[in-house]
Amino acid sequence: MSKDVILDVRNLKVDIPVSAGMLHPVRGISFSVARGETLCIVGESGCGKSLTSLALMGLLPKTATRTADKLDFLGQDIRDLKERQMAALRGVNMAMIFQEPMTSLNPAYTIGNQLIEVYRRHIDPGKAEARERAIFLLEKVGISAAASRLSQYPHQLSGGLRQRVMIAMALMCGPDVIIADEPTTALDVTIQAQILHLLADLQKEFQMGMILITHDLGIVARVADKVQVMYAGSTVEEGPCQAVFDSPLHPYTSGLLRCIPVPGKTQRGSRLGSVPGIVPNLVGDLHGCMFRNRCDHAEAACEALAGDATQLSDGHAFTCRMTPDEAAQAARQTAREVA
Amino acid sequence: MLVYTLKRSFVAFLILIVVSGLTFSLSHLSADPALTIGGEQASDEDIEAIRKFYGFDRPIYEQYFSWLGRALQGDFGESYHYKQPVVDMISGRIGTTMTLGVLAILFALIVSIPLGTVAAMRPNSLIDRFALLIAVFGQALPTFWFALMMIIVFGVWWRMLPISGNTTWAHFVMPTIALGYYATPALMRLTRAGMIEVLESDYIRTARAKGLSPTSILFKHALRNAIIPVVALAAVWFGFMLGGSIVIETIFNLKGIGWLSYDALLRSDLPVVQAIVLIFASFYVVLTLLADLLNAYLDPRISVR
Ligand SMILES: Nc1ncnc2c1ncn2[C@@H]1O[C@H](COP(=O)(O)OP(=O)(O)O)[C@@H](O)[C@H]1O
Ligand SMILES: [Mg+2]
Repeated sequence: MSKDVILDVRNLKVDIPVSAGMLHPVRGISFSVARGETLCIVGESGCGKSLTSLALMGLLPKTATRTADKLDFLGQDIRDLKERQMAALRGVNMAMIFQEPMTSLNPAYTIGNQLIEVYRRHIDPGKAEARERAIFLLEKVGISAAASRLSQYPHQLSGGLRQRVMIAMALMCGPDVIIADEPTTALDVTIQAQILHLLADLQKEFQMGMILITHDLGIVARVADKVQVMYAGSTVEEGPCQAVFDSPLHPYTSGLLRCIPVPGKTQRGSRLGSVPGIVPNLVGDLHGCMFRNRCDHAEAACEALAGDATQLSDGHAFTCRMTPDEAAQAARQTAREVA
Repeated sequence: MLVYTLKRSFVAFLILIVVSGLTFSLSHLSADPALTIGGEQASDEDIEAIRKFYGFDRPIYEQYFSWLGRALQGDFGESYHYKQPVVDMISGRIGTTMTLGVLAILFALIVSIPLGTVAAMRPNSLIDRFALLIAVFGQALPTFWFALMMIIVFGVWWRMLPISGNTTWAHFVMPTIALGYYATPALMRLTRAGMIEVLESDYIRTARAKGLSPTSILFKHALRNAIIPVVALAAVWFGFMLGGSIVIETIFNLKGIGWLSYDALLRSDLPVVQAIVLIFASFYVVLTLLADLLNAYLDPRISVR
C-alpha cells in the first residue's frame, strides 16, 4: 500500500494555563491523512476536537502551547515553523472550514472580495484570474448566479449559503488538506446533510486529504476512510471506518454507536448516542483511563491504565484494559441492551 | 443607500428646526432684548418704541419664523452692541475656529487610533500601559491648565512657539494640541476596546486561516471594523471642539467663534447668540449625518436596518 501521506501527527499535545492550573485538553493524539483520504474525528463536545484542528493549522489561542513527537505536513516538519512560514502554508496547502458560518466572514467586505484576496495573496496577484476561479468554485459549491453573488455582502446570505462560500473560499488555492470542524452544527437540520455530502464530493473530485469533525454518524459511515474516536483529549479508538462501525471495541465507542449505524445503511442525520455521566476535569496531573467513571466495565485496573493502544491486525486499535475478545463481547452486550 | 441618505437628511432637517426654535424662544423669554438695546437710561416709552421697532411685541412664533426666513437667506440681523451685520462678524472668525477644530480632531485621531491599535495588539504590555497613562492624564488634567503649562514651557522658557494670535501656522500648534488632547482618551479607549473585540472575532480567525499577511489582517480586516464606532464618536467630538473651544480661544487669544459667543453672551447680544447657536446646531447635525453615512459605508449592514 503506497499511500501518499500528507499529514502525519504523532503524540500531539495542547496545554492551556487556566486559573485552576494547567489544562490538558489534547493529550497525545496521533493520526495520518493521505491524499484523497477522509479521516473523521468524532467525540462529545469539549473532548478537544477543535483544539486539535487549530493546533494543526497553527491557530491555537496565544496562551496555548503545542507539543508533538512528529508533525509532518507534505514531508516537512512544521513544529518549529515561524508564523510567517505557517501563513505561507495556510490557505494554500491547508485550509479550514469553521463551525460558525454566520460570523466567520468579514461583514465589511463582499464575498467576492473575500474569495479573491486569498487567491491573489498566494497564487496570482491578478484580479481577473482570481475572479474567474471564484465564480468557478461558487458554482461548484452549488451557488446559482455566481457572478452576481460576488458583489453581495455576508449579511445578505443565509447560513447555508455562507457555509458554501466558506467551502469555496477554502478551495480557492487548491489545498492538499482541508479541515472541516463541525461545518454544519450551526446550520438548519434540513441542509446539514447537503453540505456534508457536498464536502465529501469535492474532496473526491479534487483528491484532497480531509479531516472532518462531525456529529453526523450517517455521514461518517458514508464518507470516512478512517475514524478516530476522541474522549477527554485522547484517542480511545481508531481504525478503518468499516471496522470501527462493524465491531466497536471501546465501551465509549459502543456507547456512541448505540444506534448501530451500518456503512451505507445508517439513516441520514443519525446523531451520536449519548453516554450517561460527565467528562472529567482535565486540569493538572492525569492518569489511568479517563472514561472509567462512566464505564459499565470499569475495574480497579482502569486507574493504572498506561494508555497504550491495543493494536489489531487491520489498523484497528483501542485503548482499554480489556482484551479484544472481552471488549467485543462487552460491545455486543451494549448493543443488545439497546435493541 | 440613497433612501437611507434621504431619510437621514430629513430627520436632520427636523432636528435643526426644533433646536433653533427652542433656543430662539428660550433666549427671548430669559431676557427682554428691548431692555438690552435701550440700555439703563432708557425711558418706558423708549423701550416700548424699541419693542415696536424690532417687532418684540409680536407673538414669539411669528418672530421666530420671520427670523428663520431671513436667516435662510443669509441675513442674521445686526449686532445690538457692535451695530454690525452678524454675518460679517461670524464670517471673519469662522475660519479660525474651523482651522482649530479640524487640526485638533486630526491630532486626536492621529494619536489615538495608532496608540489604541498597538495597545489592543499587546494588552498589558509596556505600550498599553503608556497609552493608559496618556489617557488618564488627558482625562484628569483640566484643559486650561494643560494649555497654560504648554505656554510656560514652549512659549516662555524655550521660546519655540508663539503664545498668542492666529497669524501663522505656528500659532495653531499649541491650541491644537491642547484642544485635541482633550478628545484623545475617549477615542483611544474606544479604538482599543474595539480592536480587542474584533481581534478575537471569528472572521479574524478566518483571515488568519487564509494565511493573509499581518498587514492585511490588521488593517483590512480588523481596523476597518473596529473603527466604526470611533467614527461616530469623533464626529461628536469634532462638533464639541468647534463649539467648546471657548477656553482655548481665550487663552491663546485666537479670536474665533468660541471667543465671539462668549463675548455675545456677556452682552446679551441676541442676534449674535442665535446665529452662532444655529450655525453650531447645523454643524452638529451635519456632522452626525456625515458620520452616519460614513458608518453605513464602512458597515454595509447598517443601511438595511
Ligand atoms: N482558549 C481556551 N482557554 C481555555 N480552555 C479552552 C480554550 N479553548 C478550549 N478550551 C477547553 O478545551 C477543551 C476542548 O475544547 P475544544 O477543542 O473546543 O472541544 P471540542 O471541539 O471537541 O468540542 C474544552 O474543555 C474547552 O473548554
Ligand atoms: Mg469544537
